[in-house]
Amino acid sequence: MAFDYDKYIRPGKLPHIWCPGCGHGIVMKGLIRAIDSLGLDKNNTAIVSGIGCASRLPGYIDCCTLHTAHGRAAAFATGVKMAKPEMNVILCGGDGDGTAIGGNHFIHACRRNIDMTYIIMNNNIYGMTGGQFSPCTPTGAKASTTPYGNPDPAFDVAKLAIGAGATFVARGTAYHATQIDKLIAEAIQHKGFSVVEILDDCPTTYGRRNKFKSVIEMMNRLKDIAVPVKAAEKMTPEQLEGKVLTGVLYKQEKPEYTTEYAKVIERAKGAK
Amino acid sequence: MAKKVAFMQGNEAGAHGALYAGCKFFAGYPITPSTEVAEVMSAELPKVGGKFIQMEDEIGAMAALIGASLTGTKALTSTSGPGFSLKQENIGYACITEVPCVIFNVMRGGPSTGMPTGPSQSDIMSAKWGTHGDHPAICLVPASVQEIFEETVRAFNLSEKYRTPVTIMPDEIVAHMRERIVFPEPGELEVINRTAPSVPPEKYKPYDTSFGDVPPLAAFGTNYRFHVTGLNKMEDGFPTTKAAIVQAEEERQVRKVEANADDIIKYEEYLMDDADIVVVAFGSTSRSARFAVNEARKQGIKAGLFRLITFWPFPEKQLLALSKKVKAFITPEMNLGMCTGVVKGCIEGNAPVHGIFRVDGEPINPGQILDKMKEVK
Ligand SMILES: Cc1ncc(C[n+]2csc(CCOP(=O)(O)OP(=O)(O)O)c2C)c(N)n1
Ligand code: SF4
Repeated sequence: MAFDYDKYIRPGKLPHIWCPGCGHGIVMKGLIRAIDSLGLDKNNTAIVSGIGCASRLPGYIDCCTLHTAHGRAAAFATGVKMAKPEMNVILCGGDGDGTAIGGNHFIHACRRNIDMTYIIMNNNIYGMTGGQFSPCTPTGAKASTTPYGNPDPAFDVAKLAIGAGATFVARGTAYHATQIDKLIAEAIQHKGFSVVEILDDCPTTYGRRNKFKSVIEMMNRLKDIAVPVKAAEKMTPEQLEGKVLTGVLYKQEKPEYTTEYAKVIERAKGAK
Repeated sequence: MAKKVAFMQGNEAGAHGALYAGCKFFAGYPITPSTEVAEVMSAELPKVGGKFIQMEDEIGAMAALIGASLTGTKALTSTSGPGFSLKQENIGYACITEVPCVIFNVMRGGPSTGMPTGPSQSDIMSAKWGTHGDHPAICLVPASVQEIFEETVRAFNLSEKYRTPVTIMPDEIVAHMRERIVFPEPGELEVINRTAPSVPPEKYKPYDTSFGDVPPLAAFGTNYRFHVTGLNKMEDGFPTTKAAIVQAEEERQVRKVEANADDIIKYEEYLMDDADIVVVAFGSTSRSARFAVNEARKQGIKAGLFRLITFWPFPEKQLLALSKKVKAFITPEMNLGMCTGVVKGCIEGNAPVHGIFRVDGEPINPGQILDKMKEVK
């Protein structure tokens, strides 16, 4: 039987704002399946985002949803989680939102290892504002503000997260749609700050400027560059040139922030 | 039983006032001259099961505050000048989403890094207009350690009652001075909590104006699920660009404060019955003004003090009425004329307004005010 998404979609809030061919909807469906597979209580689940096309996602899902300011999702979510640690807190947003204006909040959420899951939809561009380059736009690519090619080097989101202290980091793509829910579900189950980067596409503002003839071509690129971590182990550096690893890239057990703060409360109360 | 009495600093009193009001969450970023508030909260909150978090910057602190408040938790942040500027983005977010929270901003010299340890009263316009767009503003300006405690409690009450951020802004002198404080007993001061929804979850709308200008606010993590956005929104919390709804919502947000100005505005009148020279002052400057008024009276000058305790909404009505019977206003302030301009704006030219402005990091002393009284009498 086909999966019933309606159980989680807010009545009357569709159609969504995304363009035909945008990868964000694929990620939303993955998130919904992940929530369903874990049986998360909608009342006890907060979905928090920043600003951008990707950040419109929470509005469609029937949970406690918080569409914040550009780049600030991690900071708002930290307040929710600290005040009510028993809640499941999921963040989502675009690459610009998370790694440019929100970069500081992102790395500090990683460092604290606070038990939340951050889904970052990386389409390599500021989609909502019409295709300006983001910190994840490849060097040389065309954006509305890099008419001569992008001179900036790009972030590797996963490495950034690992370096900053996140204890679960995974990567998937919008092409590999059926893997998305599994990565997100594993991330939510992980106790600590988990980051799931989903490489997706913005045909409207990135594809057309960068000589992709169709959405299918953009999706095929995702298929071609993705190499599962297991498969990569058997490949030479030459073979891995231009590829990106997918799957669970990093996982570690470390003290979680709200649990550590509960100990602060105990110490302050003189219990221990 | 005798009440608990202490010798306490203003910032510390603010922290204790917040705890009295039931604050259970603090997020901040260190900055002189406000840091003592954070230090006291870091020590006291966990004792009562509350949470303290030092964020990566003031933008993040303000964001965390709103997130915490949405779970039904009373939340405080403290800051000063540059930090207040950074908070403005999310103060606007709290205004439009109507999420209660309290900002304790100690006024130091500015703009920019300015004078980190010098007193100032130059954030009063930022407290109203610091964030972009039309929005309500409530700002309290206490003048003593005792009053910082009591006004912090009131800041929480107003914030909860009107579902809006409230700023309490002692200047550096009041925040750092030490004075005797008599702690109110539990229950002695009123403590207000936001109105919870009375309808079942499936009927709940976070901006349902059938409940009046201040709709009830549910909490995340209960069985009420709702959406919050910084976009202009409809009564169900979802974005809209429908002109009539946007206009009505913007007007309601401002009206819920303006129409209740009488409930929010607080001031003290000192020797005002027969006064013809009236000093309008607030914070530490009002202490110098009181001294000057006493001296003036000894010298036969009919001086009085109108002390602002609420700065926003401004007591326009009261000053307009006064302006019809007094000879002159004197407005001493540690900035270059912000309050003076506001006073002029509401008295329809009925009386002259003589400002005394200082931005050199020194307090305005009673002598300066007395000299001005002699000059204008
Ligand atoms: C403080 C602030 N600066 C700038 C903007 C304008 N803005 C809105 S969305 C956006 C970029 C979003 O890009 P991304 O996060 O990559 O998401 P996408 O739209 O590509 O999904 C920008 C710059 C804003 N809303 N707020
Ligand atoms: S502009 Fe790009 S990111 Fe935004 S909805 Fe369209 S395709 Fe998606």
